[in-house]
Amino acid sequence: MLDLNTKKIKKNAYRVTKVRGETASRVRVPGGLLTAELLPLIQNIAETFGNGRIHLTTRQGFEIPGIKYTDMDAVNALLQPIIDKLEINQEIPGKGYTSAGTRNISACIGSNTCPFATYNTTNFAQKMEKEIFPNDLHFKVAFTGCANDCIKTRMHDFGIIGMTEPQYEKERCMGCQACVKACKKKSVDALSVENYRIVRNTEKCVGCGECVINCPTRAWTRSPVTYYRLVIMGRTGKRNPRLAEDFLVWATEDAIIKIIKNTYGFVNNYIDREAPGGKEHIGYIIDRTGFEEYKKWAMEGVELDPRTIVKGPVYWSGIHYDGK
Amino acid sequence: MGYQTTAEKINAIFSDLSKDYLIYAPKRFVGDGTFTYIDTIRYGEITDLAEIEFAEKSNYSFKEVLLPISETLFYFTENEMKEADAPKKGAIVFLRSCDLHGLKRMDTIYLENGGVDTYYKRLRDHTKFILMGCENSFENCFCVSMGTQTSEDYDAYLKVDGDNVLVDSRWDYLDAALAGATQAPVIADSVTANDTVVTIPETVPQTLFDDPFWEEYGNRCIACGRCNFVCPTCTCFTMQDIFYTDNGKAGERRRVWASCHVDGYTDMAGGHAFRNDKGQRMRFKVLHKVNDYKRRFGTHMCIGCGRCDDVCPEYISFANCINRLNTLVNDTVKEEN
Repeated sequence: MLDLNTKKIKKNAYRVTKVRGETASRVRVPGGLLTAELLPLIQNIAETFGNGRIHLTTRQGFEIPGIKYTDMDAVNALLQPIIDKLEINQEIPGKGYTSAGTRNISACIGSNTCPFATYNTTNFAQKMEKEIFPNDLHFKVAFTGCANDCIKTRMHDFGIIGMTEPQYEKERCMGCQACVKACKKKSVDALSVENYRIVRNTEKCVGCGECVINCPTRAWTRSPVTYYRLVIMGRTGKRNPRLAEDFLVWATEDAIIKIIKNTYGFVNNYIDREAPGGKEHIGYIIDRTGFEEYKKWAMEGVELDPRTIVKGPVYWSGIHYDGK
Repeated sequence: MGYQTTAEKINAIFSDLSKDYLIYAPKRFVGDGTFTYIDTIRYGEITDLAEIEFAEKSNYSFKEVLLPISETLFYFTENEMKEADAPKKGAIVFLRSCDLHGLKRMDTIYLENGGVDTYYKRLRDHTKFILMGCENSFENCFCVSMGTQTSEDYDAYLKVDGDNVLVDSRWDYLDAALAGATQAPVIADSVTANDTVVTIPETVPQTLFDDPFWEEYGNRCIACGRCNFVCPTCTCFTMQDIFYTDNGKAGERRRVWASCHVDGYTDMAGGHAFRNDKGQRMRFKVLHKVNDYKRRFGTHMCIGCGRCDDVCPEYISFANCINRLNTLVNDTVKEEN
């Protein structure tokens, strides 16, 4: 006789699956980086309590299917060393992943490995994890190292895209134009030549760092401060899938953390309490309140770098299947 | 004369010297590299021994002190011109043995290859060179193969040894400044072997200039010129005439580094370029470093610092190219016999 509270199960990062009596455990990996020693622990859960298979989720976690609902406590016990090692903010030790609304914070491979990345995406993702977890509100946050956006931040509620402000030391430039060619062919064509020296169009520059990467003499270098483009309210789904739009450009880490934390307050205030499962995408809430109301909440107490450009009003496009 | 002294004493001497000299040494530029959070070691002004990066090979050579990346030669307006002033101060340069051999190659090109280059000479005449020893070979070094692992052509040798600083001075000024210091025999650290060993063919037959051997490099090289720019013996430059944008009647002529790998190097009036193939650019560079230069000046141009191998983003190894070329030459000679 199985008597389950499915709402509680879901908040504990277990899925109510199509197979009667069976659940699936979702193992979040903030920033998508783990040490190899954790893999045998995941393997053990799958082989002991699951059906021996593991699904790699799109949000950089592991989903272990075929687990009996009756084994959830035993699985939670086996999850504990993984949760400890991943430094997950956990409300009650031993109880598994104790929230599931805010999704795993994903990150591209970032500057640990990728030559294009402008910052350590894993570190920022893990820092954000500490700030916003555990939380049951439906938030999707992703970090990507450069404007290539390999993690698809533009399909998230919050996408953080790294930017460097290229620094030009003209005395180290001999005018080989490697930067100009790279910017034209691989980026936004923001560089031009005047008297054999390079002029950067600061309006166009997306801070990708191609000029820095391609400069053979260190005439171009990175700014000591990393900046970010914060794109907001991208989404998939049935009604109105759309790409996230720019909110802040040349923003700092502190401003981004503050804005995302502020957004939890906004959602708590305006969420539709009657929404199915108590779950509503932030973007639909903003569609209802209007962007300016959201901006008022989001920017509360945010200190901006003088370089930061705040966009507004922000309009989203996308496809409207709902006829609105 | 050899001395044992302290960093404090050397820094005091630096302070005194700074009235007449700018002191250049390899130093760490944090986060200055091609990729995020990567440092570069390159030349910059220092005032304190602690700023010098002794533990690693510099990514760029000292040559930018004597041959600035961009140097204004003169200013012009309508009917007049004025030569750019020389720096008011001389220079002191910290460098390793291989680079001191590189200095000889620069001298050969700029002072002994026909006319004397006055812009080079006026810097060179007021520069002192301080040797940094090598306790161990760095990655990709092949100085022993090139015979550049030791050098006597220094004004001073300096080694930081814990709290002590060992100096071998061949400079009157330093001898006077260190008069009270403990005298001790000081011999420069140098290596006797490298992991990379290079065997250079005695002569390269002209028939190999168009050999398919070079085609592979044509496919791999991206013509970025990094190998040239980090090389202490690449001394090519080109000219840029600038007309000031606010006043087209005045301007300046600059000379800037040039690279035989980068597009534009062989461009001529009318737009013709005669070495478009990157494999042929590689052939030109390699044979200049280890063949042509020697025929003209008696020593190889390459000094075996290996910076070109350190920097190539396409992992083209100059050292391995020479060894492969040597095999090719030997095979070709055998076939002909």
